[in-house]
Amino acid sequence: MSNVSVLIAGVGGQGTLLTSRVLGAAAVKAGYDVKVSEVHGMAQRGGSVVTYVKIGDRVNSPVIEKGEADILLCFEKLEALRWIDYAKNDGTVIVNDQRIDPMPVITGKEKYPDDVLQRIKTSRSNVFVIDALSTAKELGNIKALNIVMVGFLAKKTNIGREIWHEAIRENVKAGFVELNLKAFDEGFKLAERCMN
Amino acid sequence: MKKLMLGNEAIARGAYEAGVRVATAYPGTPSTEITECIAKYDEIFSEWSPNEKVALEVAIGASVAGGRAICSMKHVGLNVAADPLFTVSYTGVNGGLVICVADDPGMHSSQNEQDSRNYARAAKVPMLEPADSQECKDFVIKALELSEEFDTPFIIRLTTRISHSQSLVELGERAEIPLRPYRKDIGKYVMMPAMARKRHVIVEERMKKLAEFADITELNRIEWGKNTETGVITSGICYQYAKEAFGDDVSYLKLGMVYPLPEKLISEFASRVKTLYVIEELDPFIEDFLKQKGIRCIGKEKLPLAGEYSAGLIRKHLLGADEIAGTVQGDIPARPPVLCPGCPHRAVFYVLGKNKLTVTGDIGCYTLGSMSPLEAMDTCVCMGASIGMAHGMEKALGNEDNGKRVAVIGDSTFIHSGITGLIDIVYNKGTSTVIILDNSITGMTGHQPNPATGYTIKGEKTRQVDLVKLCNAVGIDRVRVVDPFRIDEFDKAVKDEIAADEPSVIIAQRPCALLKTARYEGKVRVNKENCRYCKVCMRIGCPAVVDTGESIQINEDLCVGCELCLELCKFNALEKAGAEK
Repeated sequence: MSNVSVLIAGVGGQGTLLTSRVLGAAAVKAGYDVKVSEVHGMAQRGGSVVTYVKIGDRVNSPVIEKGEADILLCFEKLEALRWIDYAKNDGTVIVNDQRIDPMPVITGKEKYPDDVLQRIKTSRSNVFVIDALSTAKELGNIKALNIVMVGFLAKKTNIGREIWHEAIRENVKAGFVELNLKAFDEGFKLAERCMN
Repeated sequence: MKKLMLGNEAIARGAYEAGVRVATAYPGTPSTEITECIAKYDEIFSEWSPNEKVALEVAIGASVAGGRAICSMKHVGLNVAADPLFTVSYTGVNGGLVICVADDPGMHSSQNEQDSRNYARAAKVPMLEPADSQECKDFVIKALELSEEFDTPFIIRLTTRISHSQSLVELGERAEIPLRPYRKDIGKYVMMPAMARKRHVIVEERMKKLAEFADITELNRIEWGKNTETGVITSGICYQYAKEAFGDDVSYLKLGMVYPLPEKLISEFASRVKTLYVIEELDPFIEDFLKQKGIRCIGKEKLPLAGEYSAGLIRKHLLGADEIAGTVQGDIPARPPVLCPGCPHRAVFYVLGKNKLTVTGDIGCYTLGSMSPLEAMDTCVCMGASIGMAHGMEKALGNEDNGKRVAVIGDSTFIHSGITGLIDIVYNKGTSTVIILDNSITGMTGHQPNPATGYTIKGEKTRQVDLVKLCNAVGIDRVRVVDPFRIDEFDKAVKDEIAADEPSVIIAQRPCALLKTARYEGKVRVNKENCRYCKVCMRIGCPAVVDTGESIQINEDLCVGCELCLELCKFNALEKAGAEK
């Protein structure tokens, strides 16, 4: 298999780190070489956070660069726009249709662009805009939105549901396993509706 | 069994498998997880030390006693630990001793970009540099063995992308390494001039032997490609970037041991290729060695001295590849890191800003108090600098000092190296006011306990440092504990203390909003009838309080219900949801 690169972008606190760990664990279980690159510390404090998951027969650099991502998984739409150039031209872009204002917008110094989704769609053709936040809210915990996104992405891979479930069980805190398994399944169903 | 592991986690695993008995550290990104992961192994005694100097001294003690020890820190932590480092190089070890230092090229979470390889050379201590998680584990085990064989501490150098990348690691069992017998030997362990002079000669002999070892060890390897015209000398994460940029066809000399460097191996490799590249982040450490030996190579003349490398950067600078042009038109607002909703520091900086004070700052989450809209910090240099700098400002200003100045430092940072600065203020008759931001945790690095929290790395209860008594004991009579969320009270405390003609300490006490002890209930909402859109609530820079351009709104997904904004509103326009009036 040729390498598959997944770039996960979001806002500090949205769970990008856990997402990349679940993705990495699932790919290992499916028998691939994997590298996952994370960001900790200062960059996490409500700032723009990006993690990389690279999967293949052999992976060297853990870093994804411009034009290299097969899949861009974005938890917030402005972050999707910020990282869009990292997607291949024919890459898949999955965007959670959520708006979180950055500090310069909150203080009124800058404006949150009105045309974020439009600009994303102009830039890449294979774009899926989903409402993972509402799905997570229906499940009773907005923090599950990251695993809803994982479920959606899973539809794009040939890794089976059982492997994903196992990866979630091993990486999620004990009390939240059931919630996140449901979130995964809901995300997967969402993808079935969007892609079929 | 293979497991996906962070580089830091793999270092911890290596320490476990190599029979390490004692692990010490002060938390610092990107090194923190090493010791957090070690703490999960009950076979190893682990601790958060008050600072890196103490951490290394404890590890040296463990080694002298005959046990294997590991001490971990970020690059700037090695500055703090440099004093014991330079002399443990002379004493050598008994049980194996490894010092892990994590550099941060690109400064993801640091105040500078120093290259720790220079310490290896300066302190005459050998250094290994792994290129993935498997090597992290293997190199720790190897370094502990070599440490005992060559009677020297070993440094393992990591960088952010090694520490914080996960890759597959083959797990092994723990080896039970017996304690090596301790023998009193003042010629080796008491570094007074007469003994140290003899030890220095031994150090130089050891470096020669290590240089010879570097030429034959499997830690350094040549990978001949189909193409022997082009050769690349590299190490660590740059090996991965180079492999991706140049592919498998060119030839590589991959260095696992970066100090001392293998002169014969490098000469042999260089003599067999036509074009030789040296690819290394930050300083030209390997390149300078080659040039000193008269070996021609291409390095920093084409590659940058600052910042992180990548495969793309190597393609651009060495292979002439075009940079991929951006396709996005128009502005994208930046998303800088911010203090969390409910953060206790927000109130402190709001008050300091309102009083227009000069604020010498320090290292922690609270350094974000320098950013808009709070903008209430003037300096940030290193751990503990806030206190010394405040004192220096006072002494330089002399009679022109208006006293409108405070030092701000976190609880963990105060224990790390603030207390000595405070003693200096008392001893040398300063009058500065120091605010200790006591949020009951080491926040920025991800919630590690510290001596002021009363808990150990394993979450066990221990004797808690009493900050009030500590400040009293060094001679500060004016110490008060105030909740910064009581804005008026805190404001008065600040005004009183900076006006006082003697040194003072304000302990601003309120737990980090991410701690379980910080329990807030409900959400704030805007009472539209009362709101005059005066925007006073915007001055605290809370991510949950939003100015839409027409009105103030509360982002309920972010609001934790801390009620700080309620304190500011003069028109009762902010209220707790459910609190009907």
